[in-house]
Amino acid sequence: MRTVTEWLNALTSGEVSSRELTEDVMARIERLEPVVRAFLTLTPEKALQAADEADRRRAEARRNGESVPPLLGLPIAVKDVLSTRGIRTTCGSRILENYVPPYDATAVRRLKEAGAIIVGKTNTDEFAMGSSTENSAYGVTHNPWDVERVPGGSSGGSAAAVAARMVPVALGTDTGGSVRQPASFCGVTGLKPTYGRVSRYGLIAYGSSLDTVGVLAQTAEDAALFLHLMAGQDPLDATSMDVPVPPLSLKPREDFRGLKIGVPREYFTEGIQPAVAHAVRAALDLMADMGAEVREISLPHTEYAVPVYYLIAPAEASANLARFDGIRYGPRAEAETMWDVFYHTRGQLFGPEVKRRIMLGTYALSAGYYDAYYGQAQKVRTLIKRDFEQAFEEIDLIAAPVAPSTAFRIGAHTGDPLSMYLEDIFTLPANLAGVPGVAFPVGFDDLGLPIGLQFMGPHFREDLILEAAHLYQQATDWHRHTPDPLADEE
Amino acid sequence: MALTREEVEHIAQLARLELTDEEIERYREQLSDVLDYVARLQGLDTADIPPTASVLPPRTVLREDEPRPGLPRDEVLANAAETENGQFRVPPVFGGEG
Repeated sequence: MRTVTEWLNALTSGEVSSRELTEDVMARIERLEPVVRAFLTLTPEKALQAADEADRRRAEARRNGESVPPLLGLPIAVKDVLSTRGIRTTCGSRILENYVPPYDATAVRRLKEAGAIIVGKTNTDEFAMGSSTENSAYGVTHNPWDVERVPGGSSGGSAAAVAARMVPVALGTDTGGSVRQPASFCGVTGLKPTYGRVSRYGLIAYGSSLDTVGVLAQTAEDAALFLHLMAGQDPLDATSMDVPVPPLSLKPREDFRGLKIGVPREYFTEGIQPAVAHAVRAALDLMADMGAEVREISLPHTEYAVPVYYLIAPAEASANLARFDGIRYGPRAEAETMWDVFYHTRGQLFGPEVKRRIMLGTYALSAGYYDAYYGQAQKVRTLIKRDFEQAFEEIDLIAAPVAPSTAFRIGAHTGDPLSMYLEDIFTLPANLAGVPGVAFPVGFDDLGLPIGLQFMGPHFREDLILEAAHLYQQATDWHRHTPDPLADEE
Repeated sequence: MALTREEVEHIAQLARLELTDEEIERYREQLSDVLDYVARLQGLDTADIPPTASVLPPRTVLREDEPRPGLPRDEVLANAAETENGQFRVPPVFGGEG
């Protein structure tokens, strides 16, 4: 499977039509989906119709010497927590089993206006609450590198679809690592933008002060293109920021000279798998060889990221998910009174992890406990944010492992939610501080499972972290590896 | 910190979640584990630290107060379990008599 940039060149030159490309994508999905299970909904008819329309439009523009939208005719996949007008959007939950949004998320609308074609909606942990897709009400997605293992989560369907080269690119969301961790587990490139960079309108809310819309791609170059197209202020999201949109294409860098990379010592704790630490160190050595100034730094409050996140995110979730009550959308459990409809619908149709987080958040916000739990978590969040501010006074970007281990086995954390929460330790701080992060592959462990490294940058400096990731990808080919036996025939 | 059954039932009631006996016991154990873990935050001195509710700079966001079309009613209502006369229909608020 070619990259987005390569497919767009092929579409522009007329080497392939959008119909041919979309048919290829659908055929590949049909072949691999029984094994990978990355999708919750597929929309082949709509996609082929849109592809024909794109081909007509391109032919007409060519005749008239006009330009076309940048993604015209490109098939993409969208995580099933992003609203898609007329296409079922479940959030991986039975409580939205038949929900068909009457509007598009702003990020989706902007990509459609740029010419992208949605081929399907990808699997996710229910309401994006999880690190493995095991919390989806519709079954787990399998990691294309080892189908006995999870793809990570919550954007595991999108990561697996890109890893298996079913689609060239897919949208994800990242509240506590849900783009970067599955990118790392699946050996693809995953961008989590700065909080406020991409409109959250139409992203079905989980943790509103943490949620971001991101992208899973094969290269940093492709991620930069998608960020450019999705970013920008939106009157429908008051937290979307009025700052210049990052450029369409990355500034070419010859080497890492002049770039100061900080490596936080707190990310190399005893819990980290040796192969992960080794691959990340090797990547840093290469960057140093290419001119980067790599130095150790400290983010002293890192160890508090898990407790802070697992109070703040559930607290926000408990409020956000109050809207699912069986009245306006989704199936309804029948009962005599409205109150019993609420109790039964929510009790029966939310899955275990969602109920767990709603209760945790409700408790943290409840009278008598608010100050000790939610209030204290918000204060420690300030300390975590300050760690990053202080670090970026000394260095340009931060490099760290994405997750303590490579992809774990399906079922490894079943029944022990706290052990699953601890998997998020290296991705949560960026969400709590609101900074951008990009994860990309830097090697494999002994079992052939991908290992990821993440760059984190100052607010709204996606350009910096993407340029650095792009330069690394020009010097290495880890991002070109594809899973066997799903290896690309091309 | 170990939660009691009664506390779990109270939280579930606040959150409008009907739980089975088995769920109450399971969540009692799991939530107690998580609360034990997050208790490590209590050891940090934060007396002079302001809380962070949002990482964005504080600002006021206003828009023009102009009417604009809402969502298409048919598409919105198509998702509801029960509708009547172009509106959502809800069961009686007070026990059985509605």
